[in-house]
Amino acid sequence: MSGVGWWGVPLAIFSGAIRVSTPFLFVSLGECITERSGRINLGLEGTLVMGAMTAYAVSLLSGNPWWGVAAAAAVGLVFGVLHGLLCSLNRVNDIAVGIALMLFGTGLAFYLGKPYIQPQAPLLPGLAFGDWSDSPQLRAALVVNPLFLIGIALTVALAWAFTGTRWGLVVRIVGDSAEAARAMGYRVNLVRTLCTGLGGVLAGIGGSFLSLYYPGSWSEGLSSGQGLIAVALVIFARWNPINCFWAALLFGGAGALGPALQSVGVTSGYYLFNAAPYVLTLCIMIATSSRSRALAGAPGELSIQK
Amino acid sequence: MTRAQIGPAIEAVAVPVCALLGAALLFGFFVWTRGLSPLEVFALIYRGGFASAFSWQNTLARAAPLILTALCVALPAQVGLMIIGGEGALVLGGLAAAVAGHALSGLSPLAAQLAMLACGMAVGAGWIMIAGALRYARGVNETISSLLLAYIAIALFNHLVEGPLRDPASLNKPSTFPIDDALRIGHLPGINVHWGLGLGVIACVLCYLFVFRTTTGFALRITGGNLRAALLAGLPAARLLLLACAMCGAAAGLAGAVEVAAVHGAANASLIVGYGYAGILVAFIARQNPLAIIPVAILLGGISASGGMLQRRLDMPDASVQVLEGIAFVLILACETLYGRITWRPGAASAAVAAHNSLATGEAT
Repeated sequence: MSGVGWWGVPLAIFSGAIRVSTPFLFVSLGECITERSGRINLGLEGTLVMGAMTAYAVSLLSGNPWWGVAAAAAVGLVFGVLHGLLCSLNRVNDIAVGIALMLFGTGLAFYLGKPYIQPQAPLLPGLAFGDWSDSPQLRAALVVNPLFLIGIALTVALAWAFTGTRWGLVVRIVGDSAEAARAMGYRVNLVRTLCTGLGGVLAGIGGSFLSLYYPGSWSEGLSSGQGLIAVALVIFARWNPINCFWAALLFGGAGALGPALQSVGVTSGYYLFNAAPYVLTLCIMIATSSRSRALAGAPGELSIQK
Repeated sequence: MTRAQIGPAIEAVAVPVCALLGAALLFGFFVWTRGLSPLEVFALIYRGGFASAFSWQNTLARAAPLILTALCVALPAQVGLMIIGGEGALVLGGLAAAVAGHALSGLSPLAAQLAMLACGMAVGAGWIMIAGALRYARGVNETISSLLLAYIAIALFNHLVEGPLRDPASLNKPSTFPIDDALRIGHLPGINVHWGLGLGVIACVLCYLFVFRTTTGFALRITGGNLRAALLAGLPAARLLLLACAMCGAAAGLAGAVEVAAVHGAANASLIVGYGYAGILVAFIARQNPLAIIPVAILLGGISASGGMLQRRLDMPDASVQVLEGIAFVLILACETLYGRITWRPGAASAAVAAHNSLATGEAT
């Protein structure tokens, strides 16, 4: 970083924000759909790790990373639907099932992923947007993964779907009042199961980004709680997809702080800087929660609101 | 016991047992699809966990922290809180005990040991009370905040152990200064298992008596059952909530302190092996009952003790135990739906009708 010196820090945070935020973005959009339908899925952490492992394994075996992404989405669907079906049973707590699936998903991924720790799978390509610049740092910072762009498109599409389509309206009714939805003839459990399944698909894709682009390998320490942070992030974003995007960028930036400072020689407090996203999440939850009233924009059926 | 009480009692044992058997079947199927013999795997789990005096020692030594971290979930559950960040209280409690043990090496062994355990409990209690206080003061969801606090605690632990509190002599594995051998907590009389097991069992019995046999415990359960009713009855809900968090954090902190004082002798990465998370599973299988935690923790301790043997003999990945635990956890929760649907009266026409009847007789008695 000799050429740009301390300017490297904001640059690294910027490029890091784009890279680190993509899994946050996908998981939080997925969780946003799930929570809008009135359930909370803490198991997305497990789905994310499972997706990362599956994507890496399939990419290695098929030679095409995009097959890996598709496989991760399929695995995410299975986990999401499993959560949805289990929670459709009477008296089964969605938060507890989420914790169970988190343990199960990570355990299964570590078990099945053991043989894939060593070999190098083909990774997703990056699109270079910085060819006009002379600075190699800037060029490196402007290499963007297509999944990030897909994520942006998805954000806009979801925001439109929630407000402008019949499907979005049904999801919101189910999430705000199960009784009203039932009275209108909608099948509450079916809608919620589908929404949780869709949330799982997005979390799986988010996981594939981790193993196929950045950091770009499969190991047991790959995820550091992105799936969980995303749950808190959705609360911060007030269940609005557009806000989810900005929140994901913010968290990506916080996550990039540690490595960015390390690259300019600040090594003390490495672990503390790595804890920045968690501290930020906690502070945001403290700032946005309230004892006396439900959060603005919160789906009425959400169990954390009761 | 009246007939109406026997039904739920049998149910409380039968449903978890069936769920665990179902989990064993599913896990057996899973290892079979991986080309292993399920019978061989289960035989090894039995041999690794329960077949010999040596394996029992290993099992009980692993059960000790699980008992305490399960209490960390079961106690707040009584007031309706779902705290899943016991891991954070455990690692910080262990760190506090290690620091106290090093600083107090001049004291008599018993006094220093008690001080170490007290430090661990105090730090653990304080850490979980943050989640409780945030819940009370700002309505922050305690499940997510306690988990975030656990991640922060582990970062803090790593920072302190690899930085300011590091023993320069610990080269390969950064650790705090070791505590004096004289201050290490010894074994229970008669068996080759450290005192952590005894402390865990005592803690469970005390918690059971506290929750089910004292007025405060009753108030705790009312608050958990219906917060508005508790507030209308004039119960100090905030204080009860903080009390439950303090006790649960103290239990997890004690687990960490015992691990340091009896097993590792210093605080290092060996402390972060997921006892806090396994404790969640123990508490849920035990249905948040402090006494039921003891046998469940021993069962899971045995299963995790056999992990090494599975790895050596069958070359299974070390996550096999985690897969089994995950399946068990999912099934246990799914079986929540069965409670109250099964009755034990002969001649009942259908489960639904019988359940309805038992509800009616239950109200009559």
